[in-house]
Amino acid sequence: MVFSSAIFFCYFSSAIFLLQKGIIFPGEISIAYSEVIGLLDINNLYASIGGKQVLKDVNLHIGQGETHALFGPNGTGKTTLLNVIAGIPRYVVDSGSITFKGKDITRMSMDERARLGIGMAFQRPPAIRGLRLKDLIKIINPQADAPSILKRMDFEGFGDRDVNRGFSGGEVKRSEMVQLLAQQPDFVMLDEPDSGVDLENIKLIGEAINTLTQKDIRPSARTKSGIIITHFGHILEYMKTDRAHVMLDGSIVCSGNPKEILEQIKKSGYEGCVACLCPA
Amino acid sequence: MSVPSVEEKAKKAREKKALYGTDVDLESYESEAREHEAVEKAEELPSEVKKAALDVGVKLDAEASGAYVQMDQTPVVAKSLYEGVEIMDMASALKKYDSLQDYWWKLVAPDADKYTADVAEAPPAGYFIRAKKGMKTVFPVKSCLYLGSTNLNQRVHNVIIAEEGSELHVITGCTTPSHVQRGLHIGVSEFFIQKNAKVSFTMIHSWGKEVEVRPRTGITIAEGGSLSNNYILLRPVKTIQTFPTATLAGRGAVASFNTVIYSTMGNIDVGSNVNLNAPETSAESISRVVSVGGEVIARGRMTGRVPGARAHLECVGLLLSDKGRIYSIPELDGQSRDLDMSHEAAVGRISEEELEYLMARGLTSEQATSVIVRGFLDVEIKGLPEELKQEIKNITQREDLRGA
Repeated sequence: MVFSSAIFFCYFSSAIFLLQKGIIFPGEISIAYSEVIGLLDINNLYASIGGKQVLKDVNLHIGQGETHALFGPNGTGKTTLLNVIAGIPRYVVDSGSITFKGKDITRMSMDERARLGIGMAFQRPPAIRGLRLKDLIKIINPQADAPSILKRMDFEGFGDRDVNRGFSGGEVKRSEMVQLLAQQPDFVMLDEPDSGVDLENIKLIGEAINTLTQKDIRPSARTKSGIIITHFGHILEYMKTDRAHVMLDGSIVCSGNPKEILEQIKKSGYEGCVACLCPA
Repeated sequence: MSVPSVEEKAKKAREKKALYGTDVDLESYESEAREHEAVEKAEELPSEVKKAALDVGVKLDAEASGAYVQMDQTPVVAKSLYEGVEIMDMASALKKYDSLQDYWWKLVAPDADKYTADVAEAPPAGYFIRAKKGMKTVFPVKSCLYLGSTNLNQRVHNVIIAEEGSELHVITGCTTPSHVQRGLHIGVSEFFIQKNAKVSFTMIHSWGKEVEVRPRTGITIAEGGSLSNNYILLRPVKTIQTFPTATLAGRGAVASFNTVIYSTMGNIDVGSNVNLNAPETSAESISRVVSVGGEVIARGRMTGRVPGARAHLECVGLLLSDKGRIYSIPELDGQSRDLDMSHEAAVGRISEEELEYLMARGLTSEQATSVIVRGFLDVEIKGLPEELKQEIKNITQREDLRGA
C-alpha cells in the first residue's frame, strides 16, 4: 500500500507538473490515473470457501495492457483467487476489495462482472448437454464470427457438438479459448490453459492468448490485460507476459520478471525461489 | 363356449378403473359431438385448425405423404399423396377391408379399462394408415386430432400397419384451441410393424388446462422391424395417463422411446412398457422431464424374456420449483440368462457449475437457466428424417421454456 501510494504520488505530482507546463491536456490525466490504480486492483483480500480461509491478504495490481503469470504449488489458492475475481458465489470475500476499471466489484454478481469485461478460461469446465458450441458462441456475442474463430483454433469439427461433452482434456482447453475469442473480455483469466494440451496446440493456445491480450500491437496501444496460471511454463514460450507472481499459502509473496521467476522455480522450487528473489 | 365379442367385453369393463392415473368421470363429458364438414384437402381446413396444427409441429401445407385430420368425432381429411401409403378414416377402412378385423382390438384389449371400453362402445373414428409392402416414404404422414368443443369426450381408434420392408413416418399433433374450457381425449392406437419395416411415430400434445387425456397404445414389431416413438408434451394439461406397450416379437426387432416433458401443472403419468420376447431384440427408453410445477410420474418398464436381449432405460428430471414433483419409476424385469439390461435415473436441480459457467460468459442467471433447460430437452432422436428432426427441435427449443 505504501509502495503504490508512493507511485501514485509520483505520477500525480508529475501529472500536475506537466499540466502546469501545458505539456498534457486535462483529459489525459485520467489515463495517467488509471495507469496508477491499474485495470484490476486487489487490496488486502481475504477469502474463504466452505468456511475455510484460503486467500490471506492478497494484493495484486494489473495495469491496462499487462499480462501477468501466477505461479505456486497445488492447493495454494491460485484457482481460488481467479474464482473470487470472477465472482463465483461459493467463494466468500471475508475482507478487502477488488476494483476493476475503477469500480468496486467485490460484491458484484458474476454475470455483471463478465459484462463489465472479465473473462475466464476454466481449468475444468462442465459439459452442457444439448448446447452446441457454435450456438453458445452466438449467445456470448451475436456479432462473433463463429466459423473463423473455430477455424483459428483448429476446432471446426466441434461447432456442432455439445459444449465440452466428450471432449478430451486438450479439446476442452481449445473450447475455452474459442469462447473467450468470442467474448473478447478486457481482462482474461486463464487457469492452466495448457494442462493436457499437446505441443502443437499449446502454440495455438499461446497465440490466441496473445490476441486476447493484444500482444500483437504496440505496448502503449494495448488496453487488454490478463493473468495466467501455469505449472509447466511451456506455454510462456509462445505468449508474452509482463510480470509474474508466486503464491504460497494463500498470499502473493514474490513478484518480478516472469523469466527470472520461472528460472528460479525450476532451479530451486517455489519456496527456494521466494527465498532467493524476495527474501523476507 | 363362444368367445365374447368386443362389445361384450367392453360392456363388462365400463366401470373398470385404470391401473395408473387419476380416475376420470366419463359421465361428466358429452359423448355426442356436432358434425363437421369434410374437406378435400388439408389446405381447405378452417384457419384456426391449421394454426393449431402448426402449433404442434404439423405443417399441413408442407410436403407430406398424406394427411389425416379429425375435428371432434368427424374425420375431415383423410388423404394420401403417395401411392406407397394408404390413409383412410377408420369407419371407411373397416367397411373396405374385412381382414382389418384381424388387427382390430388385437393389441389393446377393449376391456383393459373403462377408457378402452368407452372407445369400443363408440362408433369407430380415427385413422387407418398402411405403408404398403416394400414402399419407403421419407415425407411424414401428418395427422391432427383436434378437440374443438367444450366438454366433449373425443374418442379415437387408430390402426397403423407397416407392411414388410416398408418405411413410414407419422407425426401426430393433438390439440385444443384456447376457447375449449374442458374436455377429454381417449385415443386407442394399435401399431403393427411387420418384418423389416421401419416406423417413426412422433406425437406432440398441446392440450388445455382443463383437458384430460388417456391414450392407450399397443405395438408389435416383427423380425428386423424397428420403431422410433417420440412423445412431446410442453403445454399445460389437467391429467394425462399413458403407458404404451410394445412387444418385440421377432428376431432383431428394435424399439426406441423418447419422451420430452415440460410440466407446469396437472398430473402427468407417462412411460413405456417393452416386452423383449425374441432373440437379438433391443429397446431403449429415454425420458427428459422438466418440472416447474405439477406432478410428473415417469415410468419405464422393460421385460427381457430371451437370452441376448438388450434394454436400457434412462430417465432424467430437472425439478426447478418447490411446486413440482418428478417421480421416476424405472423397472427392469429379467426372465432369462444372458440379458443386458440397465437403467439410469436422476432427478435434481440445474447444476450450479453449469449455471456459473454460462454466467461467467455474461449470461444472466435467467438466460443461463433457459439455455440449460432447452439443451436438456433437446433429445437426440435417431431414425427420423431431417425435416422432422428440425420440426421437433423447433418445438423443444421454444424461447418460452424457462426455469421457475
